[in-house]
Amino acid sequence: MENELKVPTMAELFAAGQQPEVLFWVGCAGSFDDRAKKITKAFVKILNKANVSFAVLGTEESCTGDPAKRAGNEFLFQMQAVTNIEVLNAYEVKKVVTACPHCFNTLKNEYPGLGGNYEVVHHTQFLKQLLEDGRISMEGGQFKGKRITFHDPCYLGRANNVYEAPRDLIRKLDAELVEMKNCKKRGLCCGAGGAQMFKEPEKGSKDVNIERTEQALDIKPEIIAAGCPFCNTMLTDGVKNKEKESSVAVMDIAELIASAEDL
Amino acid sequence: MEYIPNIIFAIILFAGIGFFAKNIKKLSRNIKLGKAVDTSDNKPQRWNNMFRIALGQTKMVVRPIPGILHLIVYLGFVIINIEVLEIIMDGLLGTHRIFAFLGGFYSFLIGSFEILALLVIVAVVVFWIRRNLIKLKRFLNPEMKGWPKKDGNMILYIELVLMILFLTMNAADYQLQQMNVAHYTKAGAFPISQFIAPLFQDMSTSSIILIERSAWWLHIVGILMFLNYLYYSKHLHILLAFPNTYFGRLKPKGQFENLEAVTKEVKLMMDPSADPFAAPDENAPVPEKFGASDVMDLKWVQLLNAYTCTECGRCTSECPANQTGKKLSPRKIMMDTRDRLEEVGKNIDANKGEFVADGKQLLGDYITHEELWACTSCNACVEACPVSIDPLSIIMDMRQYLVMEQSAAPSDLNNMMGNIENNGAPWPFNQMDRLNWSKES
Repeated sequence: MENELKVPTMAELFAAGQQPEVLFWVGCAGSFDDRAKKITKAFVKILNKANVSFAVLGTEESCTGDPAKRAGNEFLFQMQAVTNIEVLNAYEVKKVVTACPHCFNTLKNEYPGLGGNYEVVHHTQFLKQLLEDGRISMEGGQFKGKRITFHDPCYLGRANNVYEAPRDLIRKLDAELVEMKNCKKRGLCCGAGGAQMFKEPEKGSKDVNIERTEQALDIKPEIIAAGCPFCNTMLTDGVKNKEKESSVAVMDIAELIASAEDL
Repeated sequence: MEYIPNIIFAIILFAGIGFFAKNIKKLSRNIKLGKAVDTSDNKPQRWNNMFRIALGQTKMVVRPIPGILHLIVYLGFVIINIEVLEIIMDGLLGTHRIFAFLGGFYSFLIGSFEILALLVIVAVVVFWIRRNLIKLKRFLNPEMKGWPKKDGNMILYIELVLMILFLTMNAADYQLQQMNVAHYTKAGAFPISQFIAPLFQDMSTSSIILIERSAWWLHIVGILMFLNYLYYSKHLHILLAFPNTYFGRLKPKGQFENLEAVTKEVKLMMDPSADPFAAPDENAPVPEKFGASDVMDLKWVQLLNAYTCTECGRCTSECPANQTGKKLSPRKIMMDTRDRLEEVGKNIDANKGEFVADGKQLLGDYITHEELWACTSCNACVEACPVSIDPLSIIMDMRQYLVMEQSAAPSDLNNMMGNIENNGAPWPFNQMDRLNWSKES
């Protein structure tokens, strides 16, 4: 089948005596959330197209522990981290790519102190590198001139100072990149971070995702681009709440590129 | 008799400085109630941060209007205080304008001070208007009621009065110089106060001297009083911004510290050779408390943060939770921490250097659970702070206490954590299904 995804696991490659160039850390949202699974597949399509030698952990992957840590459960976080590090080190993983900024931040910053040292990149950084190396080519056609705004995920932007990789990719699509009132260093959170994704918000006058969606809709984009499965969910809900889902799409950068390439 | 003013001056000066030194000692003791933290790393980066952020005010100008106004007051404050050096020497030695021998350079200095003084007056008036007439939202949050509001205005009044005294002193001096009064040798340039001087021209020489001397004395006494006001005020930032930016975090903002006490326990749990039924070592220290419920559980840098906070509210105005009407205000977290620390400090003073439990703590009595759980850990507050304060770290330390010591997480979060524990994901999906997406079309 032409469009069947090739998703090798570390276990399979290991059995065949092979070591992939990069481990794709799928994350819980990317594995289980229906919306986020589409992002995972879009990213894998690009990896397949570019013939990137990669593998996933599959059933050996487990939550990084990020939501537990942000909720204050350091114990559970470290249990998760130590278990994951054992698996990663057993496979002698050197480089990790992930489409989730929360996994990215935790793997990159918090695992080294517990014995997990890897080069960790966000998928937008990885895609940008593929483009620069000429391993993918992007024909913007479909998105030419479209108004696209990028919502900075807190754990990619402020937390790790990655602002330009996703924007460079949007520009490459020949799209019109427009910025929200709050962007980059002063980007407004979608409301999901710090384990808020998994609980009801405290009493207030508004939900954070509605505030952020309003900021996005103010600049009249055709597409709100995201780089995080949780931001994606929050903004998709926001756009639905504003009944704009027929005119404004919320898409991950990987999805933009995959559809530009007609994958 | 001749030396009486010199003696009075010396007494006032040393009393002012002595009282200030006493408060600084108390401040330092209170900060040291916090837990140890190693800040000996990356010295060049730390100096660089201090120069850029505190001395260079780089983060203040992110908001250009208050940033530039603040820059004026800051420069005015730092530069005009060179004049204080001359005032102190004149006061102790009974001289008048002891640096006058610098000639043209002296005129340049005094002229610059005057222009800055006028600019400071303008900036202070605009600041007052912003606080009291325009009613900017960040000055109206609930935590700004009462003393914090009075404190903010008081600082502006003191600065205004000091600048007016400085210009009045110069104006009277200039007038006396014009009249060739003995002792008032011609020195300095007076680009601003020359316009005030005509007010005095019909007065008798002795009246003008009285005005000049009164303004001189009130100015220096005012400065010493202001110095001693700092400890009780948010204005302490003029000193602490420097160490605070030096000791500020260098790691990526997303990197939260891994608790060492937990690492030890986790290692023990994962160690197959550890005996789970081993009797605990009798000499083992009491296990460390996880997280923070009071100021003594925080690190000393976090306590320094609290004293450095000048309650500008940039953190709160950038906070997504606060913007959407939640109770959380990062500024309040810092103000509460300082208030509680002061309370603990007074307790220690009253009990001969020992803290006696007062049945209160930072968590609950100052900061509520609701505030802590409203945080999205987005780091907007940390990014917004012009002096490198980290309110998020305090929120996270207190969440750790709530969850690990009290099991007091919201039930939704307990479900999430239960899922991670049982099946390695925050949702109730089976780990064995993790790769199913690859087979779905």
